[in-house]
Amino acid sequence: MGLLESIVLAVLAASTPLLLAAAGELVAERAGVLNLGVEGMMIVGAACGFAAAWLTGSIVIGALAGIAAGTALAGVFALLTLGLAVNQVATGLALTILGVGLSGLIGAGFVGERIAGAPHLYIPGLTDIPFLGRILFGEDPFVYLSLAIVVGIWWFLYRTRAGLELRAIGDNPASAHALGLPVLRKRALAVLFGGACAGLGGAYLPLAYTPFWISGMTAGRGWIALALVVFASWQPGRLVAGAYLFGAVTILQLHAQGAGVGIPSQFMSSLPYLATILVLVVISRTRGRAGAAAPASLGTVFVPDR
Amino acid sequence: MLVLERRGESSTAIAIASPLLAIALTLATIAVLFALLGKNPLQALAVYFLDPLTDSYALQEMAVKATPLVLIGVGLSFCYLANVWNIGAEGQFLIGALSGGWLAVATHGTGAGPWVLPAMLVLGAVGGALYALIPAICKVRFGASEILVSLMLVYVADLLLDYLVRGPWRDPQGYNFPTTAEFDPVALLPAMIEGSRLHYGALIAVVVVIVATVVLGRTIRGFEIRLVGAASKAARFSGFDADRLVVTTFVISGVLAGLAGVIEIAGPVGHLQPAFSPGYGFTAIIVAFLGRLHPVGILFAALFLALTFIGGEGAQITLKVPLDLTKVFQGLLLFYVLACDSLVLYRIRLVMPQRRTADGIA
Repeated sequence: MGLLESIVLAVLAASTPLLLAAAGELVAERAGVLNLGVEGMMIVGAACGFAAAWLTGSIVIGALAGIAAGTALAGVFALLTLGLAVNQVATGLALTILGVGLSGLIGAGFVGERIAGAPHLYIPGLTDIPFLGRILFGEDPFVYLSLAIVVGIWWFLYRTRAGLELRAIGDNPASAHALGLPVLRKRALAVLFGGACAGLGGAYLPLAYTPFWISGMTAGRGWIALALVVFASWQPGRLVAGAYLFGAVTILQLHAQGAGVGIPSQFMSSLPYLATILVLVVISRTRGRAGAAAPASLGTVFVPDR
Repeated sequence: MLVLERRGESSTAIAIASPLLAIALTLATIAVLFALLGKNPLQALAVYFLDPLTDSYALQEMAVKATPLVLIGVGLSFCYLANVWNIGAEGQFLIGALSGGWLAVATHGTGAGPWVLPAMLVLGAVGGALYALIPAICKVRFGASEILVSLMLVYVADLLLDYLVRGPWRDPQGYNFPTTAEFDPVALLPAMIEGSRLHYGALIAVVVVIVATVVLGRTIRGFEIRLVGAASKAARFSGFDADRLVVTTFVISGVLAGLAGVIEIAGPVGHLQPAFSPGYGFTAIIVAFLGRLHPVGILFAALFLALTFIGGEGAQITLKVPLDLTKVFQGLLLFYVLACDSLVLYRIRLVMPQRRTADGIA
């Protein structure tokens, strides 16, 4: 395997958890709900996913457990922010703090265990094509699934009535409510979908990326996913580009560390975080010209009057 | 159907009762969790919350751990009152420790005079403020989310600390352990009582609470902060500058978090090492909300959360439960605090549907 090929494969793998989590968050934010608990939902998804896969020996059950865990935490978030009209920023933070703690409790019994990671696709003939074969037809199933989810979200948001309604709710919940749309119910569904995606993105880490559980293994990916949604200007297509760009930064700094570039490893490790800040600054600055803005009601509480 | 209905006026009794109710609900949930882990819930809760209160060493330790929580929590309350979301206090705390710690490392073994400690405190406050200015300026100049920028800077600060104590600042006589040399006596906060761990940082925290109470309650700047948070439109019409407020509140919280950082290393820790903070900057977010963003409330909230750190350590030893239980406890507490706070603003009413509303859930 050539160096370039292995780098591309590694970039795709590093990007997939970011893409999954960011795709779910994008839908929640399009409905007007800012869930800062992505990191918490991801890490609990990772712990539950690994535990289930280790106990049953099935990657599929592991992935489902991750999805279930993320959805359950998102349910708590929805109950507070939608049911009790609590501030979304503070509730999201609580979700992350709780999730990090819970993941430690759940994962405590599984430290040091290993599983066989998710198998990669192999289609005789196609996968054997030099270079492109492995990249296009030799990924693990989550890579394809993440892309399918993004395409599905694009289709839903821009090609269905329900998607149009969701966007309307995110931009102006009061008008949507006046038109008779069930604002809180739709927002709740969007939040639950976001939790499912974050849980799956988290589960990807121990199921496919590094096939073991370590405490804190999401390492801020949930926060980077939140930044990616901003980077993508809340548009699914740009999300893919953003996720792969961040995956590339992560892998390049790892390769640079491995190659023994004379820069301390801690500086290289801080690159993804610094890149996030830089991207946020550049994107937010050019937002006015690009024309794509955040959903107008993002992060604000809506209490329907009857 | 259950519906939320805005209360006409907020009730003081409920405002005080809501954090207490939140604590009670958290304790009940934790008791269930203990039962699930196969422990006797009452005995476990006693280990967590009563044992530390019966022993004078643990009581002093509570004050020691509450000190950084009070300082950071008061600073964050300024931000949160103004609807400015600084969630990177942990980073400002670490940079404060590094800025002050630099002087302690640089003057180590040089026989420098008693000016070192005050200079460290100033450097720590300035370092924390400058680090907090980064998200503030990104927000004001470029419109970048202060939430994400301030949080990303926590990871950067953590890596910088790791680099410094493993690299340039490592103690040459430290057998290769990633730590700086123990600070000289002139770089350490003296103990308040001879031979105890309780140091003068606790006194600084109490002074900060008093000053913050006066600033928030009795000055025009404090009024401005509370007004912008409570009614941002009204504040804008009356000519308050929102950008300046973002910078001001970030600087205030950066100063206090940086000060907390340098006090932590010049007090109980005594040197720099990786991960010397058990996440005070994040726990302080919970402290700020549990204290209802009021300095005096924050003082009590900090003591309570300090108790969870000490109880958690005790429970790890005597009950063999993972230390992560403390984080679960803190996360649950914040959930309940926020939920109960909602009951201050709204009342929940049971409404019998007389006619179907347009969307069916109202």
